[in-house]
Amino acid sequence: MSIDLKQDFFGLFGLPRAFAIDEAKLDQAWHELQARVHPDRHAHLSDAEKRASMQWATRVNEGYRTLRKPLPRAQYLLELAGVDAGLETNTAMSPAFLMEQMEWREAVEEARQAGDVDALESLHVRLRTHSKEVMAGLGHALDDKADFDAAADTVRRLMFIEKLQHEIDDALEALET
Amino acid sequence: MALLQIAEPGMSTEPHQHRLAVGIDLGTTNSLVATVRNSIAVCLADDTGRAMLPSIVRYRADGSVDVGLAAAKAQATDPKNTIVSVKRFMGRGLKDVAHVETMPYDFEDSPGMVRLRTIQGVKSPVEVSAEILRALRERAEASLGGTLTGAVITVPAYFDEAQRQATKDAARLAGLEVLRLLNEPTAAAVAYGLDNAAEGVYAVYDLGGGTFDLSILKLTRGVFEVLSTNGDAALGGDDFDHRLFCWMLDQAAIDPPSSEDGRRLQIKAREAKELLTSCEEAPIHVKLGSGEVVDLVVTRDQFAEMTRHLVQKTLGPVRKALRDAGLAPEDIKGVVMVGGATRMPHIQRAVAEYFGQEPLTNLDPDKVVALGAAMQANALVGNRAADEDDWLLLDVIPLSLGLETMGGLVEKVVPRNATLPIARAQEFTTFKDGQTAMAFHVVQGERELVADCRSLARFELRGIPPMVAGAARIRVTFQVDADGLLSVSAREMSSGVEASVLVKPSYGLSDDEIAGMLKAGVERAEDDMLARALREQQVEADRVIEATEQALASDGHLLDAGERAQIDAAIDTLRKLRDGKDHRALKTGIETLARETDEFAARRMDNSIRAALAGQKIDEIQV
Repeated sequence: MSIDLKQDFFGLFGLPRAFAIDEAKLDQAWHELQARVHPDRHAHLSDAEKRASMQWATRVNEGYRTLRKPLPRAQYLLELAGVDAGLETNTAMSPAFLMEQMEWREAVEEARQAGDVDALESLHVRLRTHSKEVMAGLGHALDDKADFDAAADTVRRLMFIEKLQHEIDDALEALET
Repeated sequence: MALLQIAEPGMSTEPHQHRLAVGIDLGTTNSLVATVRNSIAVCLADDTGRAMLPSIVRYRADGSVDVGLAAAKAQATDPKNTIVSVKRFMGRGLKDVAHVETMPYDFEDSPGMVRLRTIQGVKSPVEVSAEILRALRERAEASLGGTLTGAVITVPAYFDEAQRQATKDAARLAGLEVLRLLNEPTAAAVAYGLDNAAEGVYAVYDLGGGTFDLSILKLTRGVFEVLSTNGDAALGGDDFDHRLFCWMLDQAAIDPPSSEDGRRLQIKAREAKELLTSCEEAPIHVKLGSGEVVDLVVTRDQFAEMTRHLVQKTLGPVRKALRDAGLAPEDIKGVVMVGGATRMPHIQRAVAEYFGQEPLTNLDPDKVVALGAAMQANALVGNRAADEDDWLLLDVIPLSLGLETMGGLVEKVVPRNATLPIARAQEFTTFKDGQTAMAFHVVQGERELVADCRSLARFELRGIPPMVAGAARIRVTFQVDADGLLSVSAREMSSGVEASVLVKPSYGLSDDEIAGMLKAGVERAEDDMLARALREQQVEADRVIEATEQALASDGHLLDAGERAQIDAAIDTLRKLRDGKDHRALKTGIETLARETDEFAARRMDNSIRAALAGQKIDEIQV
């Protein structure tokens, strides 16, 4: 009973602290924890228990959100390693990458202006593939080489890509309503 | 002192612990109440054997109120005071409501929510809904023979904050303890999933009288995880009636009809629509107030053609929900149909075509939501026996929540489809030197511009110590609970100055308004409201004492002698108050016990987590 409850999310879900993750195990641990702390399990108990349940359930969900998707998981690993990825401010990206981004962006803008849903859908798919390619390097940098600077650079690239992905989604959403 | 409850065969082995709980489907067209009896969920019928209560409320000149069939009969003769489909007005302003021009009501546009002028004065949609809920509560209490411990009320998954809050207010007004607001498709999934021991990814297509929801759920070993939800909170079977109604006006060259004739034609439109489910054509025969007779025939194909755009309109949310879940139609194992409107053959055809499989219609689409809600209510009050099905619902927030930033843009704080409960924080800073206050505007919706989203609340953080622009760090935290309801707080991190807001006043009813309505209710009510208040607090006290004693029995070792003595004393005090007559003192006693057990509850929860973690460790070793 000496398990530390202040431990990081990996510990909370019983997973090793690494970028490569056993998704089935994460899901299972999430369900297992929520089965204990979810507000529905404490609805018939006192207000004090309800409050404690809400706080824990919120934390468990935050942990799940953080670990489930590769980008937030990588960001969290960098944070645990004490590396400031300077995500919002550091825009010192390679010119080649920035050029590529501009091309993507132009393509999205063109499709949006033309109201071309098919083009946007296909950009969405292509970007997802591209994102997976960039992501592949991340596991290597984080788990094998512990090269956090390289990982931080990749994370910044992925954030650009994700932002673009959201823009495509928003454009699709706007065209459909 | 425990609640008396007659034990029926097959009921829980400890009948004294069985608490009365119901699930209520507060529908646009019909409402139902259901409960779990002998481990089986059943809808409770009225004394004529009808389970469905038409969601119609009539305010009469003599001050009495009719709900259900009695009210339905007066639809055409007293349209102004007979409110149908009130769910469409919940949490909505006049400009948000479609087809107001063909509605017979005397609307009053008030900030946040539209109101209706009736012979009994101005009524808020919350009050009208409360009449429906009260009728169902009375039905349930008569049928179950006691005061309800609580109710699960269902809401469309795509209901926003304002609509959810309005529903909860209506329940409060009707004297119901709300255990949980449950999303309708999720309730249906519970009923369906538990009945069929389903596993895999399912879509729930829920077309009700006035709302449409599409939820994608993953069912794994008793966990119902909502992956995404989408919908249209203003699209339902009513709109199909309306199309047919407009077609009738057109065919019969009536322009515009009187309120009475309008209602007569609308009723006939609905009947014709229902007939077309089983017949190829439906005759429409209406005698108008003038004596003139409308005689028409509509065929199934004509009806399908005139409502095709409405069916298409449901497919947009289907696509979006699939995209948000990262799935394609072929990933869906089954499509559960919910809501009376899904009986229309051309809807079933469209759904079958889109998903490439026949939809599941083996559960009564009118009752499945209430039944699922009853199962969840039964679980929430703690009636579920150890050997019964065990399940967990993980639901999501349907629409993003955000804050207004510079230039009328929205900064999203909580993204849609995030699993509840959730808390998210965002930091902001001051933009002027010496700025001591900051205003926040909370909005809900997916669009980039504040103007295109729904405004939920405005609040201010004051007392920020003067600093240079950009130096203050103001952290705004959004917390959304398991009902999907939001509370927001803001804090300046260097000084600790804090402001918090329950997101409510800017659209809903203020607490004062609710108090006023409750008071008006007391004056009208025949039974003694004070006695009722006392009874409710006694039920609550029994519940709290029982829960605390159970906790002490299983985890008493987490307390030292002094702490234990304090809790025991608080229980003793509460017991004495419970047998008294003062409901306010009793309420205070309940609150005191809750405070005394705060630390104990936290330790119990930590202990439970430790047990879960220890379990994971064991798994690791075994693998």
